Amino acid sequence: MAGSDDVILLDFWVSAFGLRVRIALAEKGIHYEYREENLQNKSPLLLEMNPVHKKIPVLIHQGKPVCESNIIVQYIDEAWHDKSPSLLPSDPYLRAQARFWADFVDKKVYEAAKKIWMTEGEEDRQVAKKELIEVLKVLEGQLGEKPYMVGESFGLADIAMIPFSVWFHTLNEIGKMNIERECPKLAAWVNRCMERESVSKTLPHPHKFYEFVLEMQKKKGH
Amino acid sequence: MTDEVKLYGVEVSPFVARVKIALNLKGINYEFIQEDLDNKSPDLLKYNPVLKKVPVLVHNGNPISESLVIIEYIDEVWKGVPIMPKDAYEKAQAQFWAKVIDDKCHPAVLKAILSHGEEQAVAEADEQLQFLENELKVKGSKFFGGDNIGLVDICAGYTIFWVGAAEEALGIELVAKDKFPKITEWSDNCINCQAVKDGLPTRDGLVAFYNRLFGKAE
Repeated sequence: MAGSDDVILLDFWVSAFGLRVRIALAEKGIHYEYREENLQNKSPLLLEMNPVHKKIPVLIHQGKPVCESNIIVQYIDEAWHDKSPSLLPSDPYLRAQARFWADFVDKKVYEAAKKIWMTEGEEDRQVAKKELIEVLKVLEGQLGEKPYMVGESFGLADIAMIPFSVWFHTLNEIGKMNIERECPKLAAWVNRCMERESVSKTLPHPHKFYEFVLEMQKKKGH
Repeated sequence: MTDEVKLYGVEVSPFVARVKIALNLKGINYEFIQEDLDNKSPDLLKYNPVLKKVPVLVHNGNPISESLVIIEYIDEVWKGVPIMPKDAYEKAQAQFWAKVIDDKCHPAVLKAILSHGEEQAVAEADEQLQFLENELKVKGSKFFGGDNIGLVDICAGYTIFWVGAAEEALGIELVAKDKFPKITEWSDNCINCQAVKDGLPTRDGLVAFYNRLFGKAE
């Protein structure tokens, strides 16, 4: 049984991937030391703990590093399996679904969303918008009439996706779109997740994220 | 109840091979359905509507996609030879390295192959493989998982075999064996496992595939 002591999280306040880990830790009620990284000047500890990718988040548990947010969330569930709630279903088929959809968020949502503020030119932006809505609609298809992404409980797949809800305001502003109107089921799911303290107390305000993106764009001379 | 297990795939995909190896390790009987990726079957599109890719495992009518997800599913459903470590930390490490292979090593090696060994592509492939080489050195065990093959071995233990076939078709060396002694040794160890042998395509079949790919059909 793992103790709640000696848990360090190397993170960056606005990272969707870091937020996943923070939500998982909050769900389990695990106490940890949060260390903010300056991504322009990464700490020696980060470089030592994640030499392959040099990225956050990194969970350091009893001195040993775990990297890659979806992997960290699963690790948290197993290392603290005695603490409820479970973050993955117990049925192997549902577990496979959870892993598939968590991976889908990485492969499809993240890439499509980034393009909205990274593309220049109206034509490219329209293409990016269409792509993103398509991807979000696939998620809506998976959601169906269920309260959460997989099975009946909040878990890995929801944790993988919910931090990206912070991006919606920014995407709506920059992309001149309305994600909530185009994907009402997803919007309802976001509200449902926000009823959980682990989510509402962890996610930064969407306006703060918008400010951050605008700052980033200014620095790049947009 | 008898299990019905189907695997949709293509012989020459390393992602499909790894699922075959996992099934072999567990001694599971399965039906292999060879897909034509230029003309995907209605069944494949039904079972993997989101990504439309192979491999797809269908277990008693329930489809599972994405090779790493499939392998963990196989390990959880069928006991017997374990594939994933039991310890939570070791499991996270195995998942991490499998992801490094899929996200970094495999694309870089594929690029080196498809570019016919272009210098920059080969340099990038070497850089990614070096991470794997270093990790194998640090571990010092026969397999990534220890004395027995596990997830990471199933995913990439036969890299040299695969790259070797491409090299034969191209007539050039892509991965310098002397630069990667650990990966080379690891490849030999993995290929000597029956479960792996039975899951890989034949060397000739793979070379023929690369020949066709490079337009050098016999």
